[in-house]
Amino acid sequence: MVTAVDKVGRWHIASRVFAAVVPAFVLTNTTGIFLALASPAGEFQAIATSLVSAFAIYTVIILWIFSVKRLKTVWWGLLAGLVLTGSGSWLLYTFGANG
Amino acid sequence: MIGSFRQSMTWLHTWAGLVFCWLLYFVFVTGTLGYFDTEIDHWMKPELASLDKAPIDTRIDTAMSHLEANAQGANRWFISFGETREEPYLRVFWQTPGETEDDPPENTNVTLDALSGEPLDDVARDTGGGQLLYRMHYVLHYIDSQIAFRFVGILTLFMFVGMITGIIAHKKIFKDFFTFRVKKGQRSWLDMHNLLSVTSLPFQLMIIYSGLLFVTILWMPLIAVGSVGFDTKKAGELLDLGGEKIEAAGTPAELTDVRAVLAHAEATWGEGSVERLNIYNPGDANARIEVSPATGIGLLPETHVYDGTTGELIDSPTLPSSGALSFASTMLGLHEGLFAGITLRWLYFLSGVLGTAMIATGAILWTSKRRKKAADEQQSRGFHFVEIMNIGTIMGVLIGVAAFFWANRLLPVSLESRADWEAHAMFIAWGLCLIYPLFRSRRAAWRDLTWLTAFAFAALPILNAATTNAGLLTSIGKGDWTMAGFDLTALGTGVVFAIAGLYLTKRGVTREVPSEQAAMEVAAS
Repeated sequence: MVTAVDKVGRWHIASRVFAAVVPAFVLTNTTGIFLALASPAGEFQAIATSLVSAFAIYTVIILWIFSVKRLKTVWWGLLAGLVLTGSGSWLLYTFGANG
Repeated sequence: MIGSFRQSMTWLHTWAGLVFCWLLYFVFVTGTLGYFDTEIDHWMKPELASLDKAPIDTRIDTAMSHLEANAQGANRWFISFGETREEPYLRVFWQTPGETEDDPPENTNVTLDALSGEPLDDVARDTGGGQLLYRMHYVLHYIDSQIAFRFVGILTLFMFVGMITGIIAHKKIFKDFFTFRVKKGQRSWLDMHNLLSVTSLPFQLMIIYSGLLFVTILWMPLIAVGSVGFDTKKAGELLDLGGEKIEAAGTPAELTDVRAVLAHAEATWGEGSVERLNIYNPGDANARIEVSPATGIGLLPETHVYDGTTGELIDSPTLPSSGALSFASTMLGLHEGLFAGITLRWLYFLSGVLGTAMIATGAILWTSKRRKKAADEQQSRGFHFVEIMNIGTIMGVLIGVAAFFWANRLLPVSLESRADWEAHAMFIAWGLCLIYPLFRSRRAAWRDLTWLTAFAFAALPILNAATTNAGLLTSIGKGDWTMAGFDLTALGTGVVFAIAGLYLTKRGVTREVPSEQAAMEVAAS
């Protein structure tokens, strides 16, 4: 195990841990908001569904962060996810039925 | 990240599992004991063992006269009728508003002897009881409970990640279920870890994910707030399931007969179905009496609201129905297991034990895999730290729990902050167990602490018989199976650890070094 870590480097691990703590947490929230706004169900039902799924979403993102081969993919992926869910939520809120 | 997908997941399983494994072990031990919280309360308050039961009307009268005498000016009264597993005793609670709007309301809780009306705290010894053990599993101890609750949420996320990656990592998890290689060092620990995890997998997934649901709104409020355009007020109203609060009219009015209200509610839900009721604005013209039947698996029951002066049924509010909300309340209900009868309660307890053992074997496996390497290398400080934490925690938390029970019987009843000292005894014992392995070889420390655990539990019935008149034989004679059950469980726990101690002692004599075959398998893996 120690040799495996040495191969990828400690900085590499630290970068992924940071990605899992901060951006992944924010992405979980934006994904939850996006899903709640995109859901055809009523407002309460949609938000409750997002909340109930929140930690499952977070866990999937964490597993993805630690499974991807290249560190670059992790960061570009997180950025893309944040931009898509963030702007998507904004569009849905501003122009959607709930706006 | 490292090699194949499965290798990456194995890496994550190892480290997500290790980081908080000792605290998670503590959470699992105290949470598992929490399934028997009121039974432990019963043992820890032997003075109440001979309390007589009272009919429901007497209980209502006792509760109402206590509230009328002590809770004037409160805006909420609450009565729990008692004589259930959850609440064995009659309990009243009242909430008095603070001096100004900003002051927090003052809450008072009193359990009563239903026959004499005497507060039970005056009768029973000062103890944290099973409730304190139960609370420790989600708010720890010595730490601000709000912070600790959020922190336990983080631990739970680590556990969930560990659980999912564990399922992925063990590709032959269900096939290996039938494999158990005995006395093969590392392989045996791996097989045991797999066996424990697979047998209790559905329970673990339920208990961990529902654990996360408890902290979801604390950690992810942004989802609710963000979904309504960051309007915190709207989000608050949307998620407030408490219903409307009725304001007091300010004109006094006599409260209706609570017995009649209860009789009306039980006509709908069945006799004995109501275990508690709330009275809002007692003594005011706008008084309301709120009644709910005992909860099933889900935690959100239907409610009847009565006018507090006329006793008329005025509303039966239903909560917004939602698939997600039903899922959440069912999961939370399953987590708490309040609905469980005695057989299911034991299954809950055993599942908790399996989960606790899963964490323990995982932590031991970590050292077992690395022992040879750590011996070869100079840099083995991390390894020794884990090893000492393992010995001192796996046995230490159990010895701590036993110390908590010993302190309950040995501390003088008149001692100032007695309940606090019971908890101190627990953590002092755990602390000493963490220090002990520093001065002993690994094998000797495991062996000694295993024997100490065996003694600490097995001797509890003797201690109980010597210090109270609720000893094992007396309890059995009286048919008090809750008291006797505690003693017998303690004895059984002691016997299990004595068997483990015997095994470790024998092994220490015959096998100071691991057999050649086991060593080769470790090297090959």
